[in-house]
Amino acid sequence: MSQRILHHPVLGSLNQRKTLHFTFNESSYTAYEGETIAAALLASGVRTLRVHEEKGTPRGIYCNIGHCYECRVSVNGVPTVRACMTLVQDGMEVTAGTVLPTPLKKGDVAHG
Amino acid sequence: MDDVLVIGAGPAGLSAAIACAKHGLSVRVVDEFYRSGGRLLGQLHQEPDGSWWNGIDEAARLDQEARSAGVEISAGVSVYNVNRIDNGWEVSTTAGEFHAPMLLLATGASETAVPVPGWTLPGSMSIGAAQVMTNVQRVRVGQRGVVIGVNILSVAIARELQLAGVKVDRMILPPSSAVTGHAGNPEAVMRSLLRVAHLAPSPFIRWGSQLMKSHWMQRLGVSLYPAKGFSMWDIPIQLRTGALEIVGSRQVEGVRVARITPDGQTIPGTEEVIPADFVCIAGGLSPLAELAAIAGCPFAYVPSLGGHVPIHDEKMRTPLPGLFVAGNITGIESAKVAMAQGSLAGLSIASTHGVLSDQSLIQQAIHQVEYVRQKATIQFHPEISSGRAIISQMATECMGI
Repeated sequence: MSQRILHHPVLGSLNQRKTLHFTFNESSYTAYEGETIAAALLASGVRTLRVHEEKGTPRGIYCNIGHCYECRVSVNGVPTVRACMTLVQDGMEVTAGTVLPTPLKKGDVAHG
Repeated sequence: MDDVLVIGAGPAGLSAAIACAKHGLSVRVVDEFYRSGGRLLGQLHQEPDGSWWNGIDEAARLDQEARSAGVEISAGVSVYNVNRIDNGWEVSTTAGEFHAPMLLLATGASETAVPVPGWTLPGSMSIGAAQVMTNVQRVRVGQRGVVIGVNILSVAIARELQLAGVKVDRMILPPSSAVTGHAGNPEAVMRSLLRVAHLAPSPFIRWGSQLMKSHWMQRLGVSLYPAKGFSMWDIPIQLRTGALEIVGSRQVEGVRVARITPDGQTIPGTEEVIPADFVCIAGGLSPLAELAAIAGCPFAYVPSLGGHVPIHDEKMRTPLPGLFVAGNITGIESAKVAMAQGSLAGLSIASTHGVLSDQSLIQQAIHQVEYVRQKATIQFHPEISSGRAIISQMATECMGI
């Protein structure tokens, strides 16, 4: 179910907007023209945009205006793109960050 | 090369750009966000006369006026360096280098982070994030939320969420710690709320604000504060409840809370978990001033202005040649003050550039800033005017004027 606020008592109703299609981690999603990646995914119930590079704990938007970089994703292969600042374009391929190896960290080998 | 480069397309930057362009200067405005308007975009509140302040409309009006005056607005452009060069400034951006003899920093404010255990869980976000998602992006941040942090901004935004049909279950205080300071202290929060209680629709709160003018009455008010809290716009504000931890396995599922004493200490045995699928953390605003620091501008720490601010005089000039500031980078105030400051900065830039024939316009603009400030229904800080005076005095000493 979409979480979009189509009708607002003061701001009014959203008019017919152009539909766009994009993928997130290879699943298909719909967005409307003018929506950010973060907004379009949240509208579809997706809160987790990446995992912490070392611990693997889930992360989503925090500030939603580009300051904190918590929402960083890869877009069409380009890493560290802020999902909150980037408008969806038709055919966009978005992927979440994953856990990265930490070969220089002590203990990794012993506990691996 | 443009005559003027403005960083920040919010109320201050756009107003300045309009003033400059109307005096014949070529102006470029850059902004990191994908559309202009800055934090005006999320604003939506009712004025005392009942009319609505709709920030999206205000932003559209400023954008239109600027473009009509010939201002070039580049949205979606991030600035990562500013460098003083001969006769001006070199600005490095994601869209390349820009040069201009005059540079205005109108970068606004950022939200102060309040670390709460569990705050990295998806569904936990700053209050401003929820505001933009609701009013600008028009997507619900969740079904049932808890706001941690009670201040003027968070109360206003909680109402905006409710207006859009997003349920705010309650507003509570952050854990009391050295980091949260007064924000975790019910007495201090009560005092700051009482300053704006005249805006509350509830007659009870208006009555309460009259009753609680003396310190011991405030203490009594907090001591007797009901566990369920008082409601503003049907949102329970629970000053005697503190957040201990945001809980959930893969995303927010609730907030573990406890009753707290009037000075913010947890009362043992009162813990419970409030179910929620989103949490907004509200820590207030601070001037976003990194670019002024990179430029080499001297700073002052003035708590009533929101923190560290670049030193500037009443004409919005910094001690560095050709570097101006306007809006929340100079101190946390309303968008209307930012607009007035922007218009003043624009005239000041035109004067420095030698294209302002009527110098009396600057004095008028200075008075206008003061007038708007005095008329503001919400003062973010009661000592704002004395904070402004401190900065002016430092500018005088710094600039030898």
